[in-house]
Amino acid sequence: MSHRFIPNTDADRAAMLQAIGVTSVDDLFKDVPTSELRPNLKLPTALSELELSREIQALAARNANLNDHVSFLGAGAYNHFIPATVPHLVFRTEFYTAYTPYQAEISQGTLQTIFEYQSMICALTGMDAANASHYDGATAAAEGAILAINQLPNRHQVFVSPTLHPEYRATIRTYLAGLDVQVVGDADPGLSFEQALEKYLSEQTACVILANPDFLGEARDLTPIAERVHAVGALLIVSAYPIALGLYRAPGDCGADVVVAEGQALGNPVAFGGPYLGIFATKNQYLRRMAGRLVGQATDTKGRRGFTLTLQAREQHIRREKASSNICSNQALCALAASVYLATLGKAGLRQVAELCYHKAHYAANRINRIVGYRVDLKQEFFNEFVVACPRPVAEINAQLRAQGIIGGYDLSREYPHLGNAMLVAVTELNTKAQIDQFVAALKQIKNKKLKAKS
Amino acid sequence: MTIVANKPEPIIYELSAPGRTGAALPACDVPQAKLPAHLMRADLELPEVSEVDVVRHYTRLSQKNYCVDLGIYPLGSCTMKYNPKLNEEAVKLPGFTAVHPYQSEDDTQGALQLLHELQTMLGEICGLPGVTLQPAAGAQGELAGILIIRAYHEARKDHKRVKVIIPDSAHGTNPATSAMTGFQVVQVKSDARGNIDLDELRKLADDTTVGLMITNPNTLGLFEENICEAAQIIHAAGGLVYGDGANLNAIVGLARPGDLGIDVLHSNLHKTFSVPHGGGGPGAGAVMVRADLAPFLPGPIVAKKGKRYALTMPRKSIGRVKSFYGNFLALVRAYVYIRSFGKEHLHEIAENAVLNANYLLARLKNVYSAPFANRVCKHEFVLTGTPFAEQFGVHTLDIAKRIQDYGFYPPTIYFPLIVPECIMIEPTETQSKESLDEFADALLKIAEEAKTNPQLVKDAPHTAPITRLDDVQAARNPVLRYRG
Repeated sequence: MSHRFIPNTDADRAAMLQAIGVTSVDDLFKDVPTSELRPNLKLPTALSELELSREIQALAARNANLNDHVSFLGAGAYNHFIPATVPHLVFRTEFYTAYTPYQAEISQGTLQTIFEYQSMICALTGMDAANASHYDGATAAAEGAILAINQLPNRHQVFVSPTLHPEYRATIRTYLAGLDVQVVGDADPGLSFEQALEKYLSEQTACVILANPDFLGEARDLTPIAERVHAVGALLIVSAYPIALGLYRAPGDCGADVVVAEGQALGNPVAFGGPYLGIFATKNQYLRRMAGRLVGQATDTKGRRGFTLTLQAREQHIRREKASSNICSNQALCALAASVYLATLGKAGLRQVAELCYHKAHYAANRINRIVGYRVDLKQEFFNEFVVACPRPVAEINAQLRAQGIIGGYDLSREYPHLGNAMLVAVTELNTKAQIDQFVAALKQIKNKKLKAKS
Repeated sequence: MTIVANKPEPIIYELSAPGRTGAALPACDVPQAKLPAHLMRADLELPEVSEVDVVRHYTRLSQKNYCVDLGIYPLGSCTMKYNPKLNEEAVKLPGFTAVHPYQSEDDTQGALQLLHELQTMLGEICGLPGVTLQPAAGAQGELAGILIIRAYHEARKDHKRVKVIIPDSAHGTNPATSAMTGFQVVQVKSDARGNIDLDELRKLADDTTVGLMITNPNTLGLFEENICEAAQIIHAAGGLVYGDGANLNAIVGLARPGDLGIDVLHSNLHKTFSVPHGGGGPGAGAVMVRADLAPFLPGPIVAKKGKRYALTMPRKSIGRVKSFYGNFLALVRAYVYIRSFGKEHLHEIAENAVLNANYLLARLKNVYSAPFANRVCKHEFVLTGTPFAEQFGVHTLDIAKRIQDYGFYPPTIYFPLIVPECIMIEPTETQSKESLDEFADALLKIAEEAKTNPQLVKDAPHTAPITRLDDVQAARNPVLRYRG
């Protein structure tokens, strides 16, 4: 019997070998200079579909999933409600088993959805053009830095805010490792963005990359920052949180030159870190330096509207070593999820999700700040994430929360030691008031336990 | 294509009407905070459509797509194989989708075990035991791989290496990757048999050589017969050999790249290991290295300590190439795929992929010109449309468009660049002989049409939702977003 994914029968194979003019399949591999074909690989044995299904379910069951727990974990990956339209449409075989739409005439489905994605991302970010996606928020930020370096080749510094996601900063460093560029700004995690900018911004700066809201949750007015950055001739790259853009002014309308974002929150599950969606949008003047696929509107020979991959002269399959990036495969299906998500929620729905996040986070912050021993800086502007100064190490608190079925916030002690025992708490529309109250009660109890232990 | 698919579909914004929504969110159950007026936006230009509109719009658009589940999708170098359906069920499990990357190791042992076992299996299949699953795609795997090679030379204080040697048949990502890492690209020619020209390679390899980037089988669909000699030349010059594993499907389970002199290899898990291509992605680009290069891998990767799995950063890691640990759900699919074949059947993938390609080549080579018909091909092969272009003015592009009318996706065209009017066909192992015959019959019929009715071919496609688009105008005056 043939394997279930291989339609050829033995009879087919015999007929095909004869047509080719060889006697065995091994004759087709005589040019492979290996000592033995089919080495004895140390691999598990083949499983039937039923056995495999059971095994994979057992593996999945060994993870604690957020549907069964109360979670306040964010820090770059956010658990949001996903309308049923999103998985239903994204799992249509016509979308997920197609590839990059090289042949436009029979790929109009993918092409038009990308065009619509680009349109909606431009609306969210306030930009002229968005590409068909990067791998994630971190690599989109790195590609933004490369755009700036190519635009300003005589400048050799890239400024990253100390409150840009630590993994984004690490990714940017990896991407720029071979280039004649220095990454500055985050040597001292104790500096605020403003202090770091004051210290490092100069005529050598090609770009300033900051997150808004930043990794610690603070949201800023971007307009004065853009003025400051442009005054030295540098580009401003803003890493945005797309749900927050349902509420906040578009970075493009505040002077940003490039807007990047982790688009996971738009209809993609947290999924242990991927696949996610790198959003990348810029202004027309930087269009030809932008990396990645772009879909443009076009007209067919009968005058009908259609869509096609365009401005491909920027890309690796045409320009090779002179391309704007090496990116080829991207995260198109995650972009489709984002499109369906944005279309389903629409103008009012995204605003409503954003407001729910905002109000619930502020409710949580207020309640937590009232617990003796915990403190939240309520004067600071934030969207749905904030820092809680805790009375004990966050690892200890999280272990006790977990025992009560609560997944606590992100422990900041490693990357931001100057904050002491600090927890980054994220609240989304999925968190009910009852969950927040439960979280507050648990935090209070954990604090009391310590006091009791001391007395 | 159905009648519905051929009807023009409005842009989602054109379906919008004030007051419609597809959203149904709960009311706010907490006291409302004061919104920050100075930061707020005035308007948001998103469409206003109902849930019904959304579902019909995207369903109708989906019907304007050709896809693997409809039939052969023979894009060369893309390995458009069937995507098993159990894989798609696996990635819907809440134990995978609803797990946050920063949950504790205690809470994610299942995910970490899966990643660790996938690392181990890929290392074994490729003969290169150091594995990272972090890269999101083949091109990112290349970036990681070249940075690993760079780190290796730097760790040896060998600072004068600046040249990456790349064959003229290579994928565009290879030179683009080398340039991204600050290296110079030096091209090496292919010889008359389609192999790398060893004499030229000997001249180019010296103490400034970072390494060789080689795709094997190469993009002509030919196995590099001199791979071992080429690797020896590079190693003797102090460089390393990078394997672009885009074409691993040709030898998976049959031979191991690590046994053939490759030091660093990426594998596009969306090609060989059946992750669906998603209309352009997401894929995954695992990187495998020989044991002594493992400390340089990007991370974190998963280590096993006793019975427990943990994330760890390799000792001299080049750093991260993206956030978190890789395209996890793509990795789940690759894992399920390998387990479904197991050690008994894995080699049948390559055997049938290569058999199918050679069979198609045998059926076509007397009508279409095959520049390397004197050799067996591997999982793909190239034809040239030059005779049709010269005799009838019918170009490869025209042939590709006409293939659509026969109900198939066209092959990759005009690549590799070294074959004029190139047609690059990769059937994969998931085609039956009958489906290959249908496809071959169509191509032979088109060859006839090129002679008897060239205009029919030049005006193709005739049955798709649209005819050919004016790409020149689209690039000259780009319209990249809807503007009312």
